[in-house]
Order: sequence, then C-alpha cells, then structure tokens
Amino acid sequence: MINKDSKLILEITDLHARIEDQAILQGVNLRIKAGEIHAIMGRNGSGKSTLSKIIAGHPAYTVTSGEIKYKGENLMNMEPENRSRVGIFLGFQYPVEIPGVSNLEFLRVATNARRQELGEEELDTFDFEDLVQKRLELVQMDPAFLNRSVNEGFSGGEKKRNEILQMALLEPSLSILDETDSGLDIDALRIVAAGINQLAKPNTATLLITHYQRLLNEITPDFVHVMASGRILRTGGSELALDLEKDGYEWVEKINKDKEKV
Amino acid sequence: MTDSNQWLDSLPAPNGILESVQRRGREALTQTKAPNNSFENWRLTDIRKLENLLTLPVYKKENSIENDFPLKVVRPPSDGIRLILNHNSDPLERVNLPKGLSSLTKLELEQNLGRTNAKCLFQEEWPVALNYASASNLLALKVTGKAPPIELILSSNPNQFNPTRVIFVLEENAELDLLEIAMGSEESAHSHLIEIHLSQESKVQHGMIAIGKKDSHLLCNIAIQQDIRSEYSLTCVQTGWSLARLEPHVVQVNGNAKTNIKGLQLSKKDQQLTTNTQIRFDGPDGMIEQLQKSAATDKSQCIFNGVIEVPRIAQRSNASQLSRNLLLSKKARIDTKPELRIIADDVRCAHGATVSQLKEDELFYLRSRGISSAKAADLLLKGFYQEILSLLPVEADRWDVLNTLLDS
Repeated sequence: MINKDSKLILEITDLHARIEDQAILQGVNLRIKAGEIHAIMGRNGSGKSTLSKIIAGHPAYTVTSGEIKYKGENLMNMEPENRSRVGIFLGFQYPVEIPGVSNLEFLRVATNARRQELGEEELDTFDFEDLVQKRLELVQMDPAFLNRSVNEGFSGGEKKRNEILQMALLEPSLSILDETDSGLDIDALRIVAAGINQLAKPNTATLLITHYQRLLNEITPDFVHVMASGRILRTGGSELALDLEKDGYEWVEKINKDKEKV
Repeated sequence: MTDSNQWLDSLPAPNGILESVQRRGREALTQTKAPNNSFENWRLTDIRKLENLLTLPVYKKENSIENDFPLKVVRPPSDGIRLILNHNSDPLERVNLPKGLSSLTKLELEQNLGRTNAKCLFQEEWPVALNYASASNLLALKVTGKAPPIELILSSNPNQFNPTRVIFVLEENAELDLLEIAMGSEESAHSHLIEIHLSQESKVQHGMIAIGKKDSHLLCNIAIQQDIRSEYSLTCVQTGWSLARLEPHVVQVNGNAKTNIKGLQLSKKDQQLTTNTQIRFDGPDGMIEQLQKSAATDKSQCIFNGVIEVPRIAQRSNASQLSRNLLLSKKARIDTKPELRIIADDVRCAHGATVSQLKEDELFYLRSRGISSAKAADLLLKGFYQEILSLLPVEADRWDVLNTLLDS
C-alpha cells in the first residue's frame, strides 16, 4: 500500500559489500516506506540473498561502502541481535536446524528479547504458550512442532511455516523474506502467503526475495526490483514481475548493458 | 612416575572381605610397571597428574560425606533407594533391601567376584590393580525380577585416595535402573570399579554422573558381561576433574545382545578427561550403538578411544559408533579415535568423528532472532549436552547437571 506520507523504514544508499575477497554488492540503492511491500527478483548469484543477510547483520559479510538506515538510524555498527530487537526480521531461505534446542524455548527467548526492547513485560512459560497457540493458527502449524528441536526433521514447508510463526511472534516493522516460497507446495504456499498478508500492516514494511511470480500471485507487491551483478537494475510495479515471468531476465540485463554503453 | 611401592607400603595390612583381592592387587602392582607415555593406552595421559594419585593416603579419616556432598539438597529418587558407598563402612548397614535386591551370598560372591573383570580383560590394567590393592569394602547385590531404581553415591574425602568397588549380578529377566554419582572432593583421587553381569534377557539402564572439584582425580573402570538377549545402556557424564579416566568395557559373551553407550565429557582450565571404551562381540547377531560427545575449553583436553571388536564368530553384528566434539577455545585439544576391528565378513558397522566449533550459521540464526551471542552459545551448548543428559536414568534431573555444565 503506497502512501506518500508514510515514514521511511529502510533506506539503502550506494551499498557495496563483499565476502572474503569477493565483491557481491556493487552499489545497491533502495527505499522502503511503511505500508509498502517490495519484491526483489533476479537470477541466482545476483546478490539478493546477500543483501538480505547484510541488512540482518550477518558477520561473514563486510560492507565496504554505502550505508543502511533503519527508521533513520544507521545499522552499520549494530549487532544482529539488536537489529532483530528493534524490529528487523529475516525469514531464512534455509532455516537452520538446531538439534537439542527446543523450538518452544527458542521462540519464547526470541519473543521476550523483542518484548524487552518494546518495554513490554516478559512472558513466562504459561503465558507464552497461550500466545504461541494463537499465532500457530495463522500458519496452520501442528503444535507438535513446538516440542521438537528447532527445525530438526521439519519438512521444507514446515520450516517455512516456522519462520512465519517467528515473524508473527516478533511482530517486526521490517520483514525480509528470503525465498520463502521455495520448497512449498501450492497449498502450503497459500497458507504462508496468507500469513504474510495478514501480518503486513500500514506501519510495517515487507521485502520479498523470490525467483518466481507464483508467490507474487498471492502477495501483490507495490514495487518490484530486478537485481543483477550486485545492483538493482530496474524498478517497476507488480507488472514488472509478469514481464519477467514472460520474457526472463535477459532483456533487463540487455537494457542495462545498452545503458552502460551510452 | 612415582614409585608405587612407597604407596603400597603406606597401606594397612590386607584384611576384611577383600583381603585376598588386596593381596593380588598389591602383588600385581609390585610386578607391573606404572603407566608412562610409551604405553599405547597412556600415550596422551598427563603422567604428572597421575603421580599425584600415589601421594594420597588411602585411610586417613572417617568419611564426612554429609559435609562434602550436596545430598541434603538433592532428594533421593522417588520410587527407588539411595545407597552410600565409601571405603570404610558397610553400604548396607541400616538398609532394608527392597524386593528384587539381595546381598550376594558368600558362594555367589566367590563365583562372581572378578569374573566379569576377567571377561573384560581388566585384570592386567593398572587402575584396576590400584583398586584391588586398596579397596576394603564392597557392595555386592543380586537383582531378581524388576528391582526398584538404585542411586549409588560414591563418596570421596578430600586429600585422600578413595577406592570403591561394586558388583551387580542380574538373574534372567531381571531389570535394573542404576544411577551412580561420583563427586570428587578437593585434592582427592577416586578409584571406582564396578562389575555388572547381565544374565539372559535381563536389562540394565546405567547412568554415571562424575563431577570433580579442584585437583580431583578419577579412575573408573566399568566391566559389563552380557548374556544373550540382554540389553545394557550406559550414559556417562563427566566434568570438573583434573584428570579423569572412564573405561567402560563390555563383552557380549555369546553375541545376540544389545548395548547402547552414550558419553559426554566437558573439560575446562587445564583438565584432562578421557573415555576409553572397549566393546567385544564373542558371538553373532550382537548390536552396539555408541555416541560419545566431548567439549573442551580453555587449555583443557578431552580424549576418546573407542574400540569395537568384531571377531570372525560375530557374524551379523550391527555396530554404530559416532564421536562428536566441540572445540571451544584455541588452546583446547580434542583427541578422538573411534576404532572398528572387524574380522567377521557379514556385518554392518559404521563409525565417524567430527570436531568443530560452534557453528556460525546456527549462532547467526539465533542472533537474528534477538538472542545475544552469549545466550545463543549457551543454547547451542545446551542442545549439545541435552542429547546425552536426557538419557540418564533414575530421575537424574534432580542433580541439575545441565546447569553445572553451562556454568562451566
């Protein structure tokens, strides 16, 4: 939902980043306002997932220049846990399995970290179970998964539901969802997409990272960006995703090369 | 290495129920060379720490377990019995044994004492000779039918060498849950020897929590003999000892039995913790599943040697052995050697070992959910430990071992 007067949630300016000696982001610019849903599309290796991890503060990546501002505050020196606490959520493309750590306890610790930041009272085990039961309905997830180790033995779809469950509990201002549609069958995709739609509010912003139009059939983005070679090459409305679905990425890259020549 | 003769001279004259064993042990020690790093089994052992063992007197003072041990805060198991074992008093004094448990008769003792040790080839081992030479008391029980769970407290005095010895004989179809608790006192040594004979179709769930204190030492030998269709599970946790050496040996005397061994050791400061296991199938159709975990921090060292022997007679054996290790500091050291010795040709055997640090992707996942890096590391360690701790029998949660490990 585009509203000119909305507050700026995320502002990325001329961002360059690398992992070890390999440059990956080469001048990303992006502005996302409250209430908006953005989608970033692009080929494998274009830098989409790297961008999401850098916003979340992954320590393996080094920002070499540029800046990322969240609600006007520079994120560069903020630890990943603090970024989460202030309201940035990354839904992982490959949620990590953590044997021996109870999913329920993990969710409770994470939720309380966010509540503490918001000045809300921490939830004890009983109160948290009440809350989590309500949120489970959003993703139609079997409560049995709460008593298992984090993501261990979950199917691809269950892992993605668990990600959206975390999003529902943490109530972030900025949700970045990295290929949330991968590994989902059509029914699971609809359930997960419905959850994301429900959680998108006028005061929150959503950034979807995807390869395919099928997620965007369920969640209509306000803006679609095409990424290649570590940069956003083109930005348009939701119709841009349909063009990409029809014509592939080559034409965008060609336009870019032509521009460079000029 | 300190001469063991000096230590032997400090022992009182052989006496009591184990008099003949004491004589045998002392004789063996005079004839056996003390361990040094040229012995394969002691290659990695810090011999200087072993020297401390033989400077400690065996009989110094009456046991002061109530002062040294957190028994007052840890309730006994709800449906079982708690027995306290020390070297200078009868562990069954003032105890009415419940149905399913009885003392071994003199004849039964003669027939069984040392038999399982011999099957496990412990007779020649130096730590066993130390125990033979010094232990003066014994807990010897027969288990019939389904016995109530036993919690066995192995008491230890500071500034002292503390030997304890136990034997359990399970009749056919008998079942026992046993939890041993060894908490080392400061500047002490504990020598513990336990033999368990499982007759046909009997079952034992055996747990051991061994937590040391400053400058404490542990030498623990566990000898297990399994008859056919018996099931033996052992879960061991050890931490906090300056030097600890836990040696479970299991023999499936006619194969066709199940053995399950799970171990966890966490070392810190300059501690050296060792687990040496040896499992042998002396018949076909046996099964062993083993998982050994170690975590080492500061400049400490964890050692694991796990031997599974599958001789020609042990056809259709099924063995799985895994060693998972965490190196938690740059100066810590992990030495792990899972070892399958297979001669039989129709078997399923697998083994493996991993040594790693806390995984960066797991840490980042937790941190990306607002969990601090310290708390994230705690959660990951908790998960690593909990996989083993959850298997301890006899309501072991009462001992709150997890927090002891996390506090480390």
